[in-house]
Order: sequence, then C-alpha cells, then structure tokens
Amino acid sequence: MKTIAISAALAGALTLGGFGAAQAWEPTKPVEFVVTSGAGGGTDNFARLVQAIITKHKLMEQPIVVVNKGGGSGAEGYVYGKGKKGDPNEVIFGTNNAYLLPYVAKLGYKYTDLTPVAAMALDEFLLWVKGDAPYADAKAYIDAVKAKPMGFKMGGSQSKDTDQTLTSMIQDATGAKWIYVPFQGGSAAAVQLAGGHIDSNVNNPNENVGQWKAGQVKPLCVFAPEQLAKSEPIHDGKGWGDVPTCKSAGIPIESFRMPRTVWLPADVPADAVTYYANVLEKVSQTPEWKEFIQRTAQTAKFMKGQEFTDFVAKDDAANRKVFEAEGWVVK
Amino acid sequence: MDNIANLMHGFEVALTAHHILLMIAGVLLGVLVGVLPGLGAPNGVSLLLPLTFSMDPVSAIILLASLYWGALFGGSTTSILFNIPGEPSSVATTFDGHPMAKQGKATEALSFAFLSAGFGALCGVVLITLLSGWVANFALRFSSPEYFAVYFMTFASFIGLGGASPFKTVVSMGIGFSLATIGMDSVSGNVRLTFEYDVLLAGVSFLIAVIGLFGIGELLLTMEEGLKFEGVAAKVRIGDVLRTATKLPRYWLALARSSLIGIWMGITPGGPTAASFMSYAMAKRSSRDPDKFGKGEPEGVIAPETADHAAGSSAMLPMLALGIPGSATAAVMMGGLMIWGLNPGPTLFTDRPDFVWGLIASMYLGNIVAVVIVLATVPLFASILRIPFAIIGPVIVVICFIGAFTAANREFDIWLALIFGLVGYLFKKLDYPIAPLVLAMVIGDKAEDAFRQSMIFSQGSLSIFWSNALVGTLMAIGLVLLFMPLIGAGLRRLRGQGETRTV
Repeated sequence: MKTIAISAALAGALTLGGFGAAQAWEPTKPVEFVVTSGAGGGTDNFARLVQAIITKHKLMEQPIVVVNKGGGSGAEGYVYGKGKKGDPNEVIFGTNNAYLLPYVAKLGYKYTDLTPVAAMALDEFLLWVKGDAPYADAKAYIDAVKAKPMGFKMGGSQSKDTDQTLTSMIQDATGAKWIYVPFQGGSAAAVQLAGGHIDSNVNNPNENVGQWKAGQVKPLCVFAPEQLAKSEPIHDGKGWGDVPTCKSAGIPIESFRMPRTVWLPADVPADAVTYYANVLEKVSQTPEWKEFIQRTAQTAKFMKGQEFTDFVAKDDAANRKVFEAEGWVVK
Repeated sequence: MDNIANLMHGFEVALTAHHILLMIAGVLLGVLVGVLPGLGAPNGVSLLLPLTFSMDPVSAIILLASLYWGALFGGSTTSILFNIPGEPSSVATTFDGHPMAKQGKATEALSFAFLSAGFGALCGVVLITLLSGWVANFALRFSSPEYFAVYFMTFASFIGLGGASPFKTVVSMGIGFSLATIGMDSVSGNVRLTFEYDVLLAGVSFLIAVIGLFGIGELLLTMEEGLKFEGVAAKVRIGDVLRTATKLPRYWLALARSSLIGIWMGITPGGPTAASFMSYAMAKRSSRDPDKFGKGEPEGVIAPETADHAAGSSAMLPMLALGIPGSATAAVMMGGLMIWGLNPGPTLFTDRPDFVWGLIASMYLGNIVAVVIVLATVPLFASILRIPFAIIGPVIVVICFIGAFTAANREFDIWLALIFGLVGYLFKKLDYPIAPLVLAMVIGDKAEDAFRQSMIFSQGSLSIFWSNALVGTLMAIGLVLLFMPLIGAGLRRLRGQGETRTV
C-alpha cells in the first residue's frame, strides 16, 4: 500500500513538474507491461512482441518489464491496474475483456478504473468444422444444426467469453441451437475439433491454422465485414483470402472481432496517455508488427483517442445485449 | 526407418559448437532457476523468451529446452536437500530423497535422482523418435472423459497408499480440492471461494502452498527436533557419485516401470506431476517391503524422478504435433514458437523437419549434457548440508519467502506461505499426509473441468465414462487401483483364516 501511495505521489509530482517545464511526459523509471493472460496466451504474445519491437527500435528510453497476471480470465491484471491508480508506469495489455469481464463476474474493478490508450489490431473469428465434414458451406452446416437442435456440439475457450458470446449471436440470428462446451483455451478447442469430439468451433485464425494446414479442420466463413487479406495457400490451394464472409454465406452477422487493447490505470496525466499512444502507433508501423499481423491473419487497425473510445462504446453495447439476453449479467 | 534418417539429419543441425554452448548455458541457468523455489522453469523461460526473438528458431528452442531440463534437475536438488520441491513434479522426490539426505546419504540420493532422471528423459526421447506419427494420432482420441479417466487413475493409485489412515488421506485430498477451486472457474465463468477478496481472484498458487507446507513446515519440525540436520557429519566424495552409478542397474525393474508410466502420462495429458506421483505409488505398492518407503528408500527417489523426466520429454510430442502444451513451461515455449513464426500442429513435422528433428536431437544431447553438469555439482550441493543449521536454516527461510514473493510479485503470498507453513507443521504432528493435498491442488481443478465438460458432452449421463473402449479401459484400471487395497486386505484376511484353520 505504502509503495502505491508513494508512486502515486511521485506521479503527481512529476505531472506538476511536467506542466511547469511545459515538456511532454516521458517515463522516468522502468515501465511494467501487465499481461492479462498466462504466459503463452494470445495477449502474452501480443505484449511480448510489442516489448521486443520497442526495445529493438529503441522507441522508449526506460527498460520494460513484462509480468503475467492472467488469473480470473485476466481480471487479476485489471484489478492490479486499479490498485496502481495514478501510476503512468503501468501499461496493461488485454482484449475487449477489459470492459466485458465486469458484466459477467463479480470482480474488484470497473471499466472506469482503466484509462483507454489504444487498440492495435482486430482478431478475427471464423466458423470451423472438421476437415472431412460433409458441409460445403456455412448454410449447409447451419441447416443441419437447425434440423437437430442440441444435437451438435460447439466448443470454445472458457465460459461467457467471446466464443460463447458469438455462439449465442449465431443462435439468435439463425435459430440453430448447440451444446456449448467450454475448454481451457483455443488450442484445446482446435484439437478437440480435429479429433472429432466436437462438431465446430469459432476459433481465431492463429488457433486453428496448424490443424487447417493438415486438413483436419476447415473454415466455412469469417465474421468480418469483408474477406480477409490474401495469403499464401494454407490447405488444398486455399488461403485466408478465400474464406467467404459469414454474411454472404447466410449467417446474418455483420462483424464480430476482438480488439487487442492497451490501457493505463485511472487518473494518469493526459500527456502519458498521448506518449504511449504515440509509441504504440510507431510500433504498429514497423515491419515486424506488420509481419506478425499477417502471419496470425489478424486485421491491422490502430485506434487511439476518440476513435478508440467510440469503438469501445459500440462493442460494449453489442456484447451487453447478448449478456442480458442470456442472463449472464451479475448484479 | 525414415525417422532414424531424420534424426541423423537432426544431429547434423544440433551438433555445432554454438548449439552445444547454448545447451550448457541453458542447463546452468535452468539449474539456477530450478534451485530457487518460486522462480521455476516457466518463469525462467519467459524471462529468456525476448532474448530469443533475434535468434534462429532452432537455436532458440535448444536454449529454452535446455533451460527446461536444467530446471527439472535443479528442482530435484532442493527437494532432496531441504524438502522444498522447486517444481510441482519433484514433490514426490521429497518423500524418500529428503530422509536419505538426513541420514547422511545426500550424495547417493542426488546421484540416484539425476541418473534415473536422465534415463527417463532418454526413454521419452527414444519414444518420440520411433513413434512420433502414431502417438500424435493416438493423442487426438483423447477428449474430456478420457482426460478425467487419466486423472482418476492417478488419484485412485494414491488413495490406498501410505502409512496414514485412508480417511486422513481423503481429508487431506479434500482440502487440496477446495484450495484448487478458489478463483475463476473456467467452465461456468463464475468466481468461487474468493469472499470478494481481490487477492484470491487468481487462486492460490501451488508453489506458495508447497513452499509453506514443505519448506517452512519442515524447518519448524527441524527446530523442534534440536536444530540440526543429521547429515552434517557425512563425508562428500566424488567417488560416491560413481559408486552410486554402478548400483543403479540393480533397480532396473523400477526404472523400466517408471519410464513406462512417465511416457504414458506424458503423451496422455496427465503430465509430469501426475506421472511422478503415480510412479511413486506404484513403486511402493509393488515393493516387497513397502514400509521402507518414506524413510529413505532409494527406489522412492528413482521411481518419481524417472517418471517425471520421461513424462517431461515425451510431453514435447503433443506440444509439437498437436499444439497442446503439456505443462506451464511448454505453454510458454509454444508462445515462443508462434512468435518465431512456427505453427505447432500436425504439419510442423513435414513443414519444418530441420526444426523438429534438430530439437529432438538436442533433447538427446541436452539431457546428456545436463546429467554430466548436475552430477558434477553433486559434491557442491551435498556439502551445503555440512553447514551448521543455525546458519543454513535462516538462509532457507529467506529463500522460501523470496521464492513465495517472486512467484507472482505479491506481498500477500508471503503471508500465505507462512500460513501454509503452520498448516504443514500441524499436518505432520497429527500424522496427516501432505502429498494428497498437493496432488489434489495440482490436478484437482483439471480433473474437475474434465469431469464437468464430460457432463456437458453427455448432458448429465455418467455412462459417457464407458462410452468407448479407451475411456472404459482407463476407468476400469482406475477402479481396480482404487479398490486394490481393500481387495488385498480381504484376501489377506481370508488367507489368515485359512491358515488358522489348518493349524
């Protein structure tokens, strides 16, 4: 507690000093990158790559320390951020769970305990079935599921998280009904589909690409407004760019994507937010970052300031609607 | 024999001076992080990961894998010397390893541990070399019910074990299960047993429990018994290491059985921790003299160490071929693979044969390098016990608390470790076994998830555990293991009656 008080006081003093000298804010001690997933998770890769790029291109003077606080589906990291109120040397990496988690579980933080900095990419969601499944397109599969309600199994990572939300949206939009099985992560859901233990999943490209290469799973459609960027062929001459959008394939969902987000604790100086947003924007322009985006078939989209806040508001409302309909919102 | 040719190619890739140096550096660093409780292999690998981004993938994985082997060996060192397991999978090594050290046989215990660990690891790698394709397909047949059956087998093999009453074992296991439930539940997405304390959100770390229960608990007992380790007077000679090595073949049966258990648990998702516990349980059960276990029986060191490392190395196969991380460390390495631009999955073997076979070849070399290095350190580590307890005791306390803090950088964990220390002391005084608690903590929540996922699969019907030959066989073995002590006792009673009649 004492250290927090001191660092908050220091931060305050620095801010005042900063105003006095009319200089832009810059970190004066090592910066901590708080990762809201376990080591090896998607958010972990994201944060460590950003760290590696910043170090390589010397975008920041101060050294960076990465810490994993992935407990409670990432809530541990956000609660930690709440405790660091006013400390601009704590940068928190996450997804849209930053503002969605407090709806579905009783946690020790609120969305207002965080200061939005930027979103760096949008991770895509695809509808996948087993490689040898008899469905040529998304419509054929949905029709089969509709014909046998609760006869098919949809797997996903965790409960009341993006995968289950999307499943619920598809159910609403099409009238199909699955048994949803929550696994520990996307890689488990990928292997379960390859082994034929579940009928479909809605994994991110990166989570299923290994199985797709081997022809064990195949994508039916992507939940994006337009088709993904062209890529090298992955299996059977087809690549990411050949996957039709779900809307065109008969599932009336315009778009479902997960932002890769960056936050600061509440009550930090506005200069600090601008500082990090600028550093991250430079990161997003490096060849290493572009290569990462392409390899993981995410969509490059850098958002900061008002654009990011607007995105959050829209995404929050869309997800909240599903949570309320499903009765997941905790009081 | 395509695989052999591939392996030879792998040796070509791995056998360069640069790579051997990386292996030595990795193993040394690994021993260091393994010896410090709390730091552990996953943390060590995450710390090194950014360094590897600029390396080529083969060198990077060789460095990280060597660090992993080193940490596994280092973890056993503290288990034996101070009763503090550096890694979850070396908990079972404390049962007999530490008593041996107390009797002045630290050199012997350490040498047995390292040699059998090396043997187990090599068995695991041989399996990967010969059966890679088959194993990957076999692992695909595993779903939640099969996972649960494997965990069930592990628990079942442990219940009827040990000198403590089975009821005390169940109580201890129950406490472990409830500790494992604290935090976010991934099946329902709800928060459990946190009582709205934010610090409990991430659950109670297994490492903290082990540092407290074993490390601090043991220190409290030692203080009560008169402030000294009995091993102080033991002489440490390098010859003892070699002498122990010649004794090892005598335990061929234990080595073979433990390797099999380890390999099995490595390719099914049981993992090294479950493997070492199960192997220890099986060694004790099949021993002619089970009462010796827990009092310094070499087989009680050999069995868990062999299985631990056999599982650790064979678990690399599901990671590479399927993309399922078998352990926390494997999860970090998988993250690394993705950043280096490799996608773990069935095609990794055909897409990047130089990488995969280079790694497999480095597993042979890395383990041999590791065994040589750690054996050379045995005299050094064993002499630590000759330092008077009044000096080494406080040092251990400090290391324990530093370890508790570094596990997650939380002050709360230090208090938690202290509480666990008192609990560990009480458990020993009241003759409650600690091992079942630890086992339940480590694989309890995985078993629970697997069970509940199975129930979702079957919509609530238990018949899913008999729904195919694989899961049915696993469950049957589990049930036999569970009831074997009862059956054994029943048989003995019958036989006893028979004898009295004939007299």
